[in-house]
Amino acid sequence: MAIRAASGGVRCPVLTAVIRSELSEAPGSVAGVPDPDVLIKATGLTKRFGEFTAVDGIDFELRRGEAFGFLGPNGAGKSSTMRMIGCVSPPTGGELTILGMNPVTQGPAIRARLGVVPQEDTLDAELTVRENLLIYGRYFGLRRPVIAERTARLLDFVQLSERADDHVEPLSGGMKRRLTIARSLINEPEILILDEPTTGLDPQARHVVWDRLFRLKQQGVTLILTTHYMDEAEQLCDRLVVMDGGRFAAEGSPRELIETYSSREVLELRFEIAEHELAAAKLAHAPAERIEVLADRVLLYVEDGDAALDDVRGLGLEPLTSLVRRSTLEDVFLRLTGRRLEDG
Amino acid sequence: MTVASDVPAAREAAAREPGVAGPWAMAGRAFSAWLVNYRRTWRGSIYSSLLNPVLYLGAMGLGLGTLVDKHHAASLGGVGYLTFLAPGLLAAMAMQTAVGESMYPVYTAVKWQHTYQAAAATPLRPGDLFRGHLMFTTMRLIMNAVIFVAIMTAFGAVRSAWVLAAVPVAVLTGLAFAAPLDAFAVTQEKNDQAFNVIFRFGMIPLFLFSGTFFPITQLPGWIRPVAYVTPLWHGVALCRSLSLGTADVLGAVGHIAYLTAVAALGLYAGQRTYRRRLHV
Repeated sequence: MAIRAASGGVRCPVLTAVIRSELSEAPGSVAGVPDPDVLIKATGLTKRFGEFTAVDGIDFELRRGEAFGFLGPNGAGKSSTMRMIGCVSPPTGGELTILGMNPVTQGPAIRARLGVVPQEDTLDAELTVRENLLIYGRYFGLRRPVIAERTARLLDFVQLSERADDHVEPLSGGMKRRLTIARSLINEPEILILDEPTTGLDPQARHVVWDRLFRLKQQGVTLILTTHYMDEAEQLCDRLVVMDGGRFAAEGSPRELIETYSSREVLELRFEIAEHELAAAKLAHAPAERIEVLADRVLLYVEDGDAALDDVRGLGLEPLTSLVRRSTLEDVFLRLTGRRLEDG
Repeated sequence: MTVASDVPAAREAAAREPGVAGPWAMAGRAFSAWLVNYRRTWRGSIYSSLLNPVLYLGAMGLGLGTLVDKHHAASLGGVGYLTFLAPGLLAAMAMQTAVGESMYPVYTAVKWQHTYQAAAATPLRPGDLFRGHLMFTTMRLIMNAVIFVAIMTAFGAVRSAWVLAAVPVAVLTGLAFAAPLDAFAVTQEKNDQAFNVIFRFGMIPLFLFSGTFFPITQLPGWIRPVAYVTPLWHGVALCRSLSLGTADVLGAVGHIAYLTAVAALGLYAGQRTYRRRLHV
């Protein structure tokens, strides 16, 4: 009983998950994987649907405790990759090892140790919050007392304790998302997979979700997430890949990506519509690492934005508005994946 | 460090919760999810399970039956219409239960609520979800068949204690519909129109022309083979011969073999269609 009480006292659901994973990584249980801290290894991973190649030979490793992000526009192959990792989509080519196992032949054993937050809500809307967790716990073969204890802890974690016996249907989008996160933790997973965790949520709800995910990360949970929100990627991910057309366009930490693919600062200039093109032509000679001419603005990628603005004025140009800002992942993203709407 | 004291608990937990089990234990988990859902709706379903037989046996068996019996129809095999009708209805109602528990519930789970997709992310395999659903359907079939036999007994529409054996036959008849229909329903991606077609041009004609309300010897000779192919006719024929006490071993084995074959074919198909839909 003392032991039970001790484990019940562990507030974060994840701490016990870490302990459990350490146990299961005992020598011999991870045959074929030399480094037990490599939880996922993909080599030339490919997914085709008929003629269409959704994922085109990607390589990556996920290490324990990491928060790894897949960034990319819609249709880049992020969700297909997540589904392969979630063992609900057999790869068409390449190799994939998850927790030292083969997802095609050992799917159930792998899924038993994963948590998945899908892109669309897949809650049973007609049941209560608690019943949703009960059903999910049963899927993992957990006994009812275990599920009840974890439910209390997880609902507390996602701040839904007061709604435990309410039906899911009337909950807000943010609450449903948090419930889905709680549900994904019911088996105390070693890897948490989140497919666009905050898409469709309002800013307040997004920040609550981010806060919870950040806590999980602090507790040492290994996270994989896809997103097309740059701020989300910057806040949550230690390491990112930018995916486009089924391939990795770039890889690194948010800071590394910005350093590699963008400048320190960006100068955004807006001119009179009539002068826009002329100004853009003149700016071609401005000292900048890169210049991007958009329909309504001109972006100068520079080391020092204020100095660049002086240079622009030196060319005899007076913009209507000017903005000096730091480079963000969004600049990297747009550079690597293009500006689709303009392209179209 | 507190972690050390947690290790035995965690080890115990790991041993207790392997996550992966045998195929029927895994299907049982999916079944238990349907049970949690059923806790919400069971009262309403029991009312209709009671009301349907009473209405049908009252209106058709007693009401219409009085007229039929005045003509001493020889093709009824020398029994009153109510006694003739009741076991046929037992099988036909099993078909209805099966249809009700398969097409739309499956479609809802895979298309509208995505609860199948949610379950597919757990250790459960698509086949486990399929068999778990069939387990629940089986439970509903047993409940309804038991209630029906009790009511037809109360109506005095039973001639033999063998009617008890008609309960598993009715359940098997239901499964011969539920398994193939589950297998089909999970493949529907765009809309639910196919279900209306199946209902109007499949279930209703079967209900009316499979020997439930009149012997199929009344049908033109050329169309009878169609009735022989449908699972419902086999279910109706066997339930009736059991209730009347006229069943013979050879006929019973034939009917059971046919119904089992159709259910098994559905089981085989569903294992595949569920996997193809959920493990894309």
